[in-house]
Amino acid sequence: MQNRPLILKLLSAAIVFGAWEIAGRIPVSYAFPTFLETMEALVRMTLDGSIFQAYAETLKPLVLGVAISAFLGITLGLWIGLSSWFDWLFSPIFVVMQAAPLAALIPILVMAYGIGLTSKIFVVCIMAMPVIVLNTSSAVRNTPASMKEMAHSFLAKDRDVLLKIILPAASPIIFSGLRLGISAGFIGAILSELKITPTGVGDIITYSRSIADYPSMYAAIFSIILLAVVFLNLLEKLENYLFEGNNRGYASD
Amino acid sequence: MTVFGYRLPAMSSLLVWGLLWEIIGRLGLTFFIPPLSEVIGTLFEIIGTPAFLKALSETSYAFFSGVTISIVVGIPVGILMGKSRLLDELLLPWVNIFLSAPLTALVPVLMVLFGFGMTSIIITTTLFAIWIIILNARAGVMQINRSLVEMGRSFGASPLDAFFKIYLWAALPEILGGVRIGIIRAVKGVIIGQLLISIVGFGALFELYSSNFLMSHFWAVLIVLFALAFSISELLAYLERRVAYYAAKR
Amino acid sequence: MKGIIVAMPQTEATMKKQTSAAPDSAVSVRNVSKNYGTVEALKNLSLEFPRGQLTSLLGPSGCGKTTLLKIIAGLLQPTSGRIEVNGAEVEGPGPDRAFVFQDFALLPWASVIRNVAFGLELRGVAKSERESIAERYIRDVGLTGFEHSYPHELSGGMRQRVGLARALSVDAQVLLLDEPFSAVDEQTRRKFQEDLLSLVKHENKTFIFVTHSIEEAVYVSDQIAILLPRPSRVSEIIRPTGFRHKDVDSIRRDPEYLDIVDQIWASLRSYVE
Repeated sequence: MQNRPLILKLLSAAIVFGAWEIAGRIPVSYAFPTFLETMEALVRMTLDGSIFQAYAETLKPLVLGVAISAFLGITLGLWIGLSSWFDWLFSPIFVVMQAAPLAALIPILVMAYGIGLTSKIFVVCIMAMPVIVLNTSSAVRNTPASMKEMAHSFLAKDRDVLLKIILPAASPIIFSGLRLGISAGFIGAILSELKITPTGVGDIITYSRSIADYPSMYAAIFSIILLAVVFLNLLEKLENYLFEGNNRGYASD
Repeated sequence: MTVFGYRLPAMSSLLVWGLLWEIIGRLGLTFFIPPLSEVIGTLFEIIGTPAFLKALSETSYAFFSGVTISIVVGIPVGILMGKSRLLDELLLPWVNIFLSAPLTALVPVLMVLFGFGMTSIIITTTLFAIWIIILNARAGVMQINRSLVEMGRSFGASPLDAFFKIYLWAALPEILGGVRIGIIRAVKGVIIGQLLISIVGFGALFELYSSNFLMSHFWAVLIVLFALAFSISELLAYLERRVAYYAAKR
Repeated sequence: MKGIIVAMPQTEATMKKQTSAAPDSAVSVRNVSKNYGTVEALKNLSLEFPRGQLTSLLGPSGCGKTTLLKIIAGLLQPTSGRIEVNGAEVEGPGPDRAFVFQDFALLPWASVIRNVAFGLELRGVAKSERESIAERYIRDVGLTGFEHSYPHELSGGMRQRVGLARALSVDAQVLLLDEPFSAVDEQTRRKFQEDLLSLVKHENKTFIFVTHSIEEAVYVSDQIAILLPRPSRVSEIIRPTGFRHKDVDSIRRDPEYLDIVDQIWASLRSYVE
């Protein structure tokens, strides 16, 4: 049974989608379309191109917000990891942000920056940045001491230690911080489209709901979840490929 | 961080940021940031009001219901997945999907299925918390040292004994870790649910304050929320260290 | 006990004896103390390391062997006292010393050849030059064919060979080895010990070797310094003489080898918890 995992995955998908189809046919609720109706709506939106237009709109704040968070977050995280003064000053803010329900800031952001792109980018940033900063700083702080010692004993300058030891050693954790940041960014992007102004995918969801076109609404939700999951899984695969063996190779194996 | 040989407490820099907030507020740079002192004054005004208490109790109700469901369902499911390969292979893909899926997108579905009310918020909270709890319970059971299992068998432990006296304890550090992360996610979930279904709890309060431009009221509620969330997460981390003291030494 | 000089090192008489046995010191430790807060890790410790020989620092765990080695390496600063390498005072890491780490300290993201050449890379040696030097030492430690492997693809013993090649390739006069074989298995360790003996014979370098294995210390050393803990001090210095020139296979059967092992255990056993 070499392909047992694959068969079971397909079986598992068949069970869930089958249950969805049956529940839709009963129907359990007037607002619960069958799986096939939903897929039909998804195909229709794909063929007439409306879903691509929607994603062009949705991905704009997501991409910009993640890019800003990545740049600021990694820079700040490096500083926090390297300097105890920065650590003292900034860490508490991000620790609190990481635990706090930052979504509650959305009404204030809307009041301050309006209902346009700026607010949405802000929402993505506040969701994505804390984990990027915290991962970067703790990765820098936890660079194996023996590797830094090794570099010093072979006469490394501070710049060498940073570029040749700390950064490569920290990069797997920084990368997974980015992945978690993107995951949180997806939540933020959709939240802002549902809460602030319906645009892009959020617009399809809201509009189809208002005209009771439930298959289209479900299809839009299905597609965004599919997109996020596939993209994040690809990132994880890339991560495993890039940093294969990076966390191994020490004596303590 | 040490200054002149004196160690500054870890979170003390928040005082500096509070001071900065006060200065910016006093300078009147922006309407959206009133001085911190004013916000704290408002905080004590509103903290006993019926509107605030209602929001707090509704939110707590949704939060605790969601967390309870997540724990009661999540831990057994995770343990079963760790023990049964078939179940694991059937469920794991879905757990992973929901763990990384942007769950906010599901809230509109919950709204049309379960209405604009408490049920939808409780389900949102559960959806945010449960997957990581399942995954960690599963990981905890799977990492149990083989020799510990064999020890139980060689000393003649019954399956029930083995489960309650060995497996549960051996997996406890991971299970607790999952519960802690799950609860932190539940806090975010309950707020996101209330923001989108904004007629319940703090969601309604935010709507009221922001439509009336009551800035210091808004910030006061935010401070309470953030402080609560932070305290919960610190308390859980503390409990985890106390209970799972042996985690690092296995 | 024939051929053994057992000495309390800080008395005048023994200093003379040592000087007659080892006229030229590559490394001198002079009255070094190291405190961590109120804890005295090392107290007024003095020791000479003869040029071209291997000196072991041996003692129970917590006796400060590694602390002393890292002070010699310049990775730690002594609270008081001084270290001299070839007559010059040590103020930090220098090109005259190279360190071999207990946990190897290899870069997991770098290939074997980059790891071996890393010391030269930090010194700004051009890539082609440092790689040709690295290739030579990779051959010397017996890792030919693994130049482009990564540390996680190697066994523990092979990883430490990479660490050794890295230390050799910077061509330092003093090699500092911090329990280098403690993380490899017994059989690999024996092979290492034999290889170490031939290194000492053929490379004209001074070796300082920290170990907690009595047999290992006696097997490889020209001079063994026994350190006792709390606070750490040198309790005696032993110089095996009779079997040093025998071939590697007969050392462990030499009566003097067995005597020294027993004698060291007798003086250490009361310090083992």
